[in-house]
Parts: sequence; structure tokens; C-alpha cells
Amino acid sequence: MPNQEKAQFLLLFRHPVDQPDPSPEEMQQIFGKWMAWMESMKAQGQFVAAAPLQDGGKVLRGSRGSVVTDGPFTEAKEMVGGYVIVHARDLAEAAEIAKGCPGYDYGTVTEVRPLEKIPHI
Amino acid sequence: MVDHLFRREAGRLVAILARRFGAEHLHLAEDVVQDALVAAMRTWPYTGVPENPTAWILQTARNRALDHTRRRQVWRAKEPALIAQVEGCLDAASGGDLPRFEDEIQDSQLRMMFVCCHPGLPAESQVALTLKVLCGFGEGEIAAAFLATPEAMAKRLVRARQYLREEAIAPELPSAAEAAARVESVHRALYLLFNEGHKSSGGGALIRADLCADAIRLGELLAGHGFPTRAETHALLALMYFLAARLPARLDAAGDILLLHRQDRSLWDRGKIGRGLEHLEASAGGPAVTRYHLEAGIAACHALSPSEEETDWPRILELYDDLAGLDGSPVIALNRAVALARVAGPMAGLKALAAIAGRPVLENYHLFFSVAGQLWLEQGDRAKARDCFQRGRELAMHEAERQHLSRRIEEAGG
Repeated sequence: MPNQEKAQFLLLFRHPVDQPDPSPEEMQQIFGKWMAWMESMKAQGQFVAAAPLQDGGKVLRGSRGSVVTDGPFTEAKEMVGGYVIVHARDLAEAAEIAKGCPGYDYGTVTEVRPLEKIPHI
Repeated sequence: MVDHLFRREAGRLVAILARRFGAEHLHLAEDVVQDALVAAMRTWPYTGVPENPTAWILQTARNRALDHTRRRQVWRAKEPALIAQVEGCLDAASGGDLPRFEDEIQDSQLRMMFVCCHPGLPAESQVALTLKVLCGFGEGEIAAAFLATPEAMAKRLVRARQYLREEAIAPELPSAAEAAARVESVHRALYLLFNEGHKSSGGGALIRADLCADAIRLGELLAGHGFPTRAETHALLALMYFLAARLPARLDAAGDILLLHRQDRSLWDRGKIGRGLEHLEASAGGPAVTRYHLEAGIAACHALSPSEEETDWPRILELYDDLAGLDGSPVIALNRAVALARVAGPMAGLKALAAIAGRPVLENYHLFFSVAGQLWLEQGDRAKARDCFQRGRELAMHEAERQHLSRRIEEAGG
């Protein structure tokens, strides 16, 4: 198991929603940068899993989840675009990986969170 | 993955949906395709590019359109028919019948070309709408190509869509009775589109380099997709291919514009010259000799000549004489003066220039002074040459043109 000593980290991407849409040609460039970043994480064995999140959903709270609303999930001016789970030695290395995210020029905010390990006892 | 996939799919899918929805709902088609492309940009990095990206985008756009129509009840009565229609093209796209789908896209683009280039719209709006609807450019990019503000361009497009809605312009091929005028209008728009890319391919804006290719692509569609082909469509295509063939040689390493006689002709695109010749041959079948025929003939003379010195200038002068008979524009007269100077010497060219010097458009036309300067230089009058180049530099709109004229001023000893 090559990554036995490595921990896993969640990279969660929040994007601003109040920006004008890019043109198709600009989309191609943004998309190309994200693809290149994903590929480079895979090539370096850092990539574990990833998924995009859809816009909508439900929020449940209260006694036995009786209060059901359509949101908000996060700050009103942001949306969570998706997450990536990576292998890294420690939080510092995971944050270094997250620096490669190409979204910062467009206002992306990345949260880096260590996944809790289940001890093998 | 294909270069320009997003832009390409924008142009294809807006056309196919606008045809299905009707041109009065053009903006809805543009909006849902834009939304679908944004969704693709956001999700594909995580999931990978789907096996059939076109079908993915179309399905997403379809869902947005259905959401929209249900929420806004746009087509209360027509909705079931509309849904069936959109499902039909989706089935074809998602693997059932790709050739039929590609055929429908081409057919839709051809129809939308006639909508976007409707003679009731101002020429500049026709080009802007073509760039938006059929070429997938953003409003900001189109504005940059026209040196307009994005707000002004957005307004222009809004007015154009409003005209199409109010006049109920259907996405249909024109009837035989109106075909000539409608095709002429498309030709003019494609010619403008091409020139927009051609005259300033040195400019910084992203859009310019692709305009010539798009104009040719749409011209090929007009010439070759079941619509009764007209000789002048081939003539226009021949002209565009010949000019596009020279583009790789048009700028030097520093981004400075190179005039024809300084271009490295080995850089000219032989494939495009070949296509140009095929279309030139096909253009000979028609009853009329149009300006596109004459301009293509001139461009062919240049394309086929191994050097500036060996150019068939007498033939070019003949063609310019004919062209000046069709079109009294001072720009044509200016080019004719250049040909005349090559045939009969610089003084003859300068006399021809003097005869048109007072014409209103030319007063502000930097090329007039650029040509005059060149002819004075050949005539041996460096002072007059320098004055002309300086005047030209003051009038030039593009940085590359200004740099070129600065170099000419130095050459004239100034």
C-alpha cells in the first residue's frame, strides 16, 4: 500500500455567484486549466476522488429533521462547485496541492479539511 | 478534445434550438445554451468529458428550456409539440442517428444565417448577430472586434433580436422570389465578417484570428448544403480563400504588417490557394460578373505569382478598371492607382491619386497616404514621401499600422 502513511484531505471549492458568465471561448480556457490541474494531481498520485455538486438540494434541521428548507447551504453570494479528496503527508502538503487550483483569479475560495482517520486497533 | 469546443458547440446548438423554438425565441435558445455550457465547464473537470459532449450540452440546454417554459408558461398550447421536437433532435444527437443530427445542425445554421443576415437589419447588426448566434462569440469579444463598448454592442443585439421578433422572421430558407436579395445580404455580411478579421489580424483581440475562418466556414455552408448555389457565392469564397492564404505571411516577427511585396510567399497556404482556384472555376458558371468575381480575380493574380515583379499587373489593372465601373468607391480607385503605377510608372499612379485626393472617405484613410508615400519614394522625392507617411501615421487606427508607418518614415529619411 504505497499511500499507507498518507492521510486524506477534502478540498471544497466555493465560487462567487454574482459574476457575469464568461464567453464560450473564456469557458474553454477556464475548463482547460481545471482539467490540467486534475490531470496533474492524478499523475502525481495525489488524487483520490472528486465530484461536482448540483445547485439545488434540501436543508433539514429541528426535531427528527422536521424543518426542511431549500437552503441556504452556505453564504448567499457563494455556491459550492464540488470537492476533491487528495492524499497528502500533512495539512501543509494538502494546502500546497490546493494552491494549484486555477479558480482563484475568478474568486474561488478553497477549504482544505483533513478527513478523520479510523484507527486500526 | 477539440479546440474551441465550447465556442463551436455554442454556434451549433443555438442554431438548432432557435430553429426548433422559432427565431422569436432566439434569446431563449442563446440563454439555455450558455447555461448548459457553464454547467459543462463546472462539472466536466470532476467527471471527465462525456463520451458525447454535444448530446450532454444539448440535453442540459433542453432541460433548462423546459424548466423555463413551464415556469413562464411561454408556450402553454404549443408545449407538448415543442417537447416532442426537442426530444427528437436529442435522440438523434445522443447516438441514434449522428449523420442526421449533423445534417440538421448544418441545415439549422444555414437557415439561421438567413435570419441573422436579414436585409431589414443594419449591416453591422447582421455581422454582430452572426458572430453571436452562429460563431459562439461573447458580446464583449464582438464589441472588441468592432471597437465598440460592450454596452453598445449588447444594445445593438437586443434591437436586432427585437426586430426579428416583431417582424416574425422565420428560420426558413428564402423562397425563389426573394432568394437573390437575401443571398446578397448574406454575402455582404460574410464579406464584412471576413474583412473585420483580415484588416487587423495583428490586433491583440482574441477574436480576430478566427473571424476569417468562420466567414469561410459559413460561406462553404451556403455554397454546399442543398441551397441552390449561386456563382457569386463561389466567387466570394475564392476571394476569401486567396486572402486567407496570405495571412501567415502578413506579419513579421515583431508583429509589424508586411505589405504584399515584402511577404515571404513560401509562407502562403497552398491548400487554401487550391481551394480558392476550385471556387474561382465554379464561379464562372453564372450570368453576372459581380464585384466578388473581380476581386477574386485580382487576388488570384497575386496568389499565383511567384514574386512581386512577375505579377500580371496589366491583368490586375484591367480587373480594377471593371471593378471601378461597378463600384465608384474611393478605396477601389486607390487600389487601381497602385496597379496603374505598376503598369505605367509611379508618376501615373500619383496622377491617379491626385484625381481622387479630395474625396471625403480618403481624407481620413491612412492607406491613401501610405500608398502616395510609397509612390513618391519610387519617384525619388523623399521629402514628399515622408510627409505622406507622417500624415498616414496620424490617421492609422491600429498599433501595427502605426508601427509600420513609423518604419516607412525612417526609410524616407525622416
